[in-house]
Amino acid sequence: MLAIYKKEMRTYFTTPLGYVFIAVFLAVSGFVFAFSTFQTQTSDVSGYFQLMIFGYIVIIPLLTMRSFAEERRTRTEQLLMTSPVTIPAMVFAKFLAAFTMFAGTVLLSCVYYLPLFGYGEPNVGRAVGCLIAMLLLGMCFIAVGIFVSTLTESTVTASIGTMTILLVFVVAAIFNNLIDSYVIRSVLSWISVYSRYVNFTYGIFDIAAAVYYVSITAVFLFLAIRVYERRRYA
Amino acid sequence: MIEINHLVKNYGSKFAVDDVSFKVGEGEIVGFLGPNGAGKSTTMNILTGYLSSTSGEAKVGGIDILENPYEAKKLIGFLPEQPPLYIDMTVQEYLNFVYDIKACKLNREKHLEEIRKVTKIDDVKNRLIRNLSKGYRQRVGIAQALVGNPPVIIFDEPTVGLDPKQIIEIRNLIRSLGKNHTVVLSTHILSEVQSVCDRIIIINEGKIIADEKTENITQAVDQNRRYNVKISGPQREVLAVLGAIPGVTSVELTGERELDSYVYRLETERGVDVRKPLFYAMAEKNWPILGLEAVGMNLEEVFVRITERAGN
Repeated sequence: MLAIYKKEMRTYFTTPLGYVFIAVFLAVSGFVFAFSTFQTQTSDVSGYFQLMIFGYIVIIPLLTMRSFAEERRTRTEQLLMTSPVTIPAMVFAKFLAAFTMFAGTVLLSCVYYLPLFGYGEPNVGRAVGCLIAMLLLGMCFIAVGIFVSTLTESTVTASIGTMTILLVFVVAAIFNNLIDSYVIRSVLSWISVYSRYVNFTYGIFDIAAAVYYVSITAVFLFLAIRVYERRRYA
Repeated sequence: MIEINHLVKNYGSKFAVDDVSFKVGEGEIVGFLGPNGAGKSTTMNILTGYLSSTSGEAKVGGIDILENPYEAKKLIGFLPEQPPLYIDMTVQEYLNFVYDIKACKLNREKHLEEIRKVTKIDDVKNRLIRNLSKGYRQRVGIAQALVGNPPVIIFDEPTVGLDPKQIIEIRNLIRSLGKNHTVVLSTHILSEVQSVCDRIIIINEGKIIADEKTENITQAVDQNRRYNVKISGPQREVLAVLGAIPGVTSVELTGERELDSYVYRLETERGVDVRKPLFYAMAEKNWPILGLEAVGMNLEEVFVRITERAGN
């Protein structure tokens, strides 16, 4: 598993993909950060995080679109699948590599907070809460991306597919407020990853939400594993 | 070392592999021969755990590939039809990765260097695989299969894309691997299996149609002999004289010519050597023989011959 993880990390940095991801992420988050704090003259960063979720819809697929689709296209998956590596280990290694890239970049973007201290008194607790929420949310999104990537051998299809699912996830929360039917609302709230992080923005570590995010991640990774196991029988 | 029992793989009503059974002993080199789409690759993919079978079992070193894939895969080195190369890596990085993923215990530097030497890719070890030619890529693929020194080596069309000199080198390599490995290789080139393998399994439309020692197949193939002979002399008369030689069943012109000499295609009866009578007949008429070559059978003819024989 470690071998695949190392290989994935290498690939991010020996191809333009990793650099593109970091650059796009920092550019988007820098812009959104400046826009939501300095421009509106507030040191509260929760607005920044809220906006960034929409950015993730586009940015996260950059990380995950290649992971399995490319292996399948170039037939290198044949090497992985005929080597003594289990399928869960393979999926998890790829997930972990994408998450490392994501978390690393998120932490890198934390330098944006520093200037805030010069202008006001930012609430560190709330910022850390938001940060944790972002990492959990990103983890979910990455799992979705990994899953979609196992379904196709085209990276373009993988990225568009991932964006679509993520969009549904995020938009579900918005529609949720507009719908009267209790049944539809409760179904939507299941998949509404967006609305669950609210407590984090108050600096409260919401165990229930954290468990929810971890479960969603587990479900999609499990689905990815199933796709691979299933494909051997196809 | 390898045991396959009643293996079936079907995609709906299409049977890619249809009740295939065979065994391969330790240290044997077995050639898998068949036209494109015969089921060679599918069988190999099942044997290496890439695909699963619809029914039947495949065992490597006594371990069932479906029941205990992890242990079984440790015993196998596999070169798929399309070498599984990461083109963004250098040869050395790639082999290092394969070494890691196979959880190899041998001395890394020494072992990988040995493999690079054997497959003659040491001089390109620092180049990106992306920039290598087809022949080199194929050899990196072969090198990959050797990492970890697995007891069973499976090559799916190992010489595709190589030039004639490289083909000879790879064949020699496979022969030397056969001394302490079990090797299974697939090909659609008859002469390749004849030159390398101890045993030939011929497969067509998912079924095994022959499984015999190489000598037996060679014999079956050689029984009907055909020659292309180039004779300088008047065409019509030469045809008549050739046809009259005992043992010659048919004569025809191939259409090749050089000044006043033509190339004739002779088919002869089984077990009759017509070369000497041919020489004397032509000498008598003063028509010099400029060339004489035995014509080998192509794969289709071998199939016809083998299936005919199986029918008798």
